[in-house]
Amino acid sequence: MNPFSSGTRLRDMIRAIRACKTAAEERAVVRKECAAIRASINEDDQDYRHRNLAKLMFIQILGYPTHFGQMECLKLIASAGFPEKRIGYLGLMLLLDERQEVLMLVTNSLKQDLNHSNQYIVGLALCALGNICSAEMARDLAPEVERLLQFRDPNIRKKAALCSIRIIKKVPDLAENFINCAASLLKEKHHGVLITGVQLCADLCKVSSEALEYFRKKCTEGLVRTLRDIVNSPYSPEYDISGITDPYLHIRLLKLLRILGQGDADASDRMTDILAQVATKTESNKNAGNAILYECVETIMSIEDDGGLRVLAINILGKFLSNRDNNIRYVALNMLMRATTLDAQAVQRHRATILDCVKDSDASIRKRALELLYLLVNENNVKPLIKELIEYLEVSDQEFKGDLTAKICSLVEKFSLEKIWYIDQMLKVLSEAGNFVKDEVWHALIFVISNASDLHGYTVRALYRAFLTSTEQETLVRVAVWCIGEYGDMLVNNVGMLDIEDPITVTECDAVDAVEVAIKRHTSDLTTKAMALIALLKLSSRFPSYSERIKGIIVQNKGNLVLELQQRSIEFNRILQKHQKIRSALVERMPVLDEATFSGRRAGSLPTAISTSSGAPSNLPNGIAKPATAPIPDLLDLSSDDVPAPSSSGGDFPQDLLGVDLSPTLAPSGAGKPPKASTDVLLDLLSIGTSLPVQTGSSASDILSSSQDDKAPFANFNGLASLSSLSANATSPVNAAPMMDLLDGHGPGPQKPEENGQAYPSLVAYESSSLRVMFNFSKQPGSPQTTLIQATFTNLSSNVYNDFLFQAAVPKFLQLHLDPASSNTLPASGDGSITQNLKVTNSQHGKKSLVMRVRIAYKTNNKDVLEERQINNFPQNL
Amino acid sequence: MINACQKIHFVLLISRQGKVRLTKWYSTYSKKERSKVLRELSGVILTRGPRLCNFVEWRGLKVVYKRYASLYFCMCIDPDGNELEILEIIHHYVEVLDRYFGSVCELDLIYNFHKAYYILDEILISGELQESSKRTVVRSVAAQDSLVEAAKEETGSTISNIIAHAAK
Repeated sequence: MNPFSSGTRLRDMIRAIRACKTAAEERAVVRKECAAIRASINEDDQDYRHRNLAKLMFIQILGYPTHFGQMECLKLIASAGFPEKRIGYLGLMLLLDERQEVLMLVTNSLKQDLNHSNQYIVGLALCALGNICSAEMARDLAPEVERLLQFRDPNIRKKAALCSIRIIKKVPDLAENFINCAASLLKEKHHGVLITGVQLCADLCKVSSEALEYFRKKCTEGLVRTLRDIVNSPYSPEYDISGITDPYLHIRLLKLLRILGQGDADASDRMTDILAQVATKTESNKNAGNAILYECVETIMSIEDDGGLRVLAINILGKFLSNRDNNIRYVALNMLMRATTLDAQAVQRHRATILDCVKDSDASIRKRALELLYLLVNENNVKPLIKELIEYLEVSDQEFKGDLTAKICSLVEKFSLEKIWYIDQMLKVLSEAGNFVKDEVWHALIFVISNASDLHGYTVRALYRAFLTSTEQETLVRVAVWCIGEYGDMLVNNVGMLDIEDPITVTECDAVDAVEVAIKRHTSDLTTKAMALIALLKLSSRFPSYSERIKGIIVQNKGNLVLELQQRSIEFNRILQKHQKIRSALVERMPVLDEATFSGRRAGSLPTAISTSSGAPSNLPNGIAKPATAPIPDLLDLSSDDVPAPSSSGGDFPQDLLGVDLSPTLAPSGAGKPPKASTDVLLDLLSIGTSLPVQTGSSASDILSSSQDDKAPFANFNGLASLSSLSANATSPVNAAPMMDLLDGHGPGPQKPEENGQAYPSLVAYESSSLRVMFNFSKQPGSPQTTLIQATFTNLSSNVYNDFLFQAAVPKFLQLHLDPASSNTLPASGDGSITQNLKVTNSQHGKKSLVMRVRIAYKTNNKDVLEERQINNFPQNL
Repeated sequence: MINACQKIHFVLLISRQGKVRLTKWYSTYSKKERSKVLRELSGVILTRGPRLCNFVEWRGLKVVYKRYASLYFCMCIDPDGNELEILEIIHHYVEVLDRYFGSVCELDLIYNFHKAYYILDEILISGELQESSKRTVVRSVAAQDSLVEAAKEETGSTISNIIAHAAK
């Protein structure tokens, strides 16, 4: 050693680190030490290598980086002496793991040490190999380890056995090489070797069915005998733990027997006697004995058995369950969970105790018990159990409420015997732990409420009462607000009073107050506030005398910084001011949801949609509301196609919604259909926020109808619509007039003449500030399916367009043929045009209308321009 | 399928103040994961009250812990492992430490942390129990210690070592 080195001793370094008062001080000391160690490493100072590594290990335990010391481990391992190797291997296991490539460098040293004449060095190498070997090392060194399984010293044999476990886990192909040696280990007398040998056999069975068969045939008898010997062995101080000789060996033997007995009646039969003996004779007053009983129970429940032993096992668990020791109760709950699949009746007997465990002060026990109880609930006991759980919900810990709520909701939904029971229980959960209720759960509740038409009055009154007592629970507020909006009149007039209800007097003013409270709550989030706005709009129609006051509340949000609320506020205000005529139709009660669609959707992508889209709560009922009521079959089609759209797209596709896709939705509804239908569609637009239905081309065009007369107002209207995403009603008065015209003026009548298919109006298929595309239609006599379209492109800008290219795509039911264009240069300022002929064959002629996606590319001012558009407003019957 | 292995994924010794005294990883965890495990688990375990059960469910695994004086001994196993046996293994380790150091205390484990590791390596390999006899474990560690001593004495006779001793 170099006497002049400034390096501190390990003990001094630890003392210095422990003396540090702050984390910063500690870091400084460690930094200094690391610098000294690095310097020493760079000098390749052999005398200090040992000490440096010891220091680095301590530093590593503290959590500081020590990668620079990895090579030092290898050097120490490669040196000749035992002390160096000992610390080197320890460092290797601490500073490296199997993923580091440096590890490969140690393979050779390991190989040498596995063959070393000093058995302790062999032991070190086996230990290191067992703890960190990688698949490559396992392959390289497996023969050495295999040989060491027969080493003369038992301490080496046991290490080699555990090392073999690691090897076969890393490389299962090697398993068959170990089967015979492992079987011979089972005959050993040395406990260490026996324990590790049994463990090796168990792991071999896991990776190789060949091994399983072999041990099952050759070793079951022997293992049963070994277990019997150890169970009946006299007191042996070396292995005794609270009166039991080597519980570890007991447990491992039971575990291996379990593997051999599972799925094999013969092997199971051979072990039943000894299992019965262990189950009945083992002392259960100490942990060691209970550990054996626990293992024995699991083995009994896993093997093939006629049932006699199982009764014994379940009884042991019953005793465990009534034990005062929390650990024992915990494992009992854990094991009963597995027993439910074997003998649910027997487990049911302990239901009361398990329910008590759900209320335990220990979180681990509560969690286990709740999960077990969840499995035990059936039609017969669901009512009392749910009652208990909900009562407990009131007093449970905050951190447990999430789990508990989820389980209660799931059970209530699974066993909803009667709607009123379901609604009652859910209201209780919402009032107690509404903040823990997941979105899909309260969505489902709204769905059930809207379906239970005889309970609307009851529900809204119950919610109102709950709301008065607690406004802390967000989801309660949401559901209450939704119901008050929908069924406000029932709340006030006590409609549908049930016998079990207490009478309640609610004035219109009270109902509006409640919603106002909801919208003004500081904790209300965007969804709640948006829902409250809709509820207010609905109430304005239910309670006309409060219309002014409601307008006042709505207007307060017109300057809201959240766009969604601001927009709703302004739009709703507009409805209240300007559109009294359509208001009552707009805010009609939500039609009943279709159950199949709803459950299908729930299975689908509901959760994500809910979390992403702000307007979600009302788009849920809205989106699905239409099928039931919409009077026109075409619209029905559209709606059902539509259904996934609001839910799955949520706010994800606003760009789609803002653009073209919106216009066709609005246009046909205004034009072709009776007012009832159109208001339905408008209603959707109003309440679903930005998540307007994304139209799939074909369905959108189903309801299309276009007439010459309609076009002017359309254009106007569309322009506006693309400015404001959902502004059917937010249009300024100027635009509102033509829209009202459309609503009132046009029945299906005007289109009639055109349906003969003789003359079709031209269509401005696409118009932007720079380009207009006109389509002229004609039909060849005798082939009604085929439409000839002449497209005319006009340049509206002052620059010439070069390399003009028009492309079009159609859905499968259409066939498209494009003729070459008249030119690829489009003169500026409408000074000439390009024409191109298209031939479209509609295989669903008369059922579906044309739809087309077009893409126009050109060069202007040396810039490439690309415009894309979907054209849905083709005349019908093309 | 039955879980055949009682494999311990890692062993931790954490002081009541949250200081880590020993870590041994038998399953592969990256450095980042290791510090996350330490942080999360010490948060969970140190805050658990007395008289509660010794098991904590954590990230789909189970952590069995037991407090001895100021130290928490924690071992992590699969959810279907035998928790009660792990408690015995922890106790087994503690008793061996006690025999080796002679009524062991936290300071012993701080200044002789490598010894604590040597002992653990004689009890567990690859997360599996190696030896159920405390006497065998202590004897094996002692035998290796004396090998080290013997080697030291051999080199201790060299000149440079005498100077080194004089300089200390």
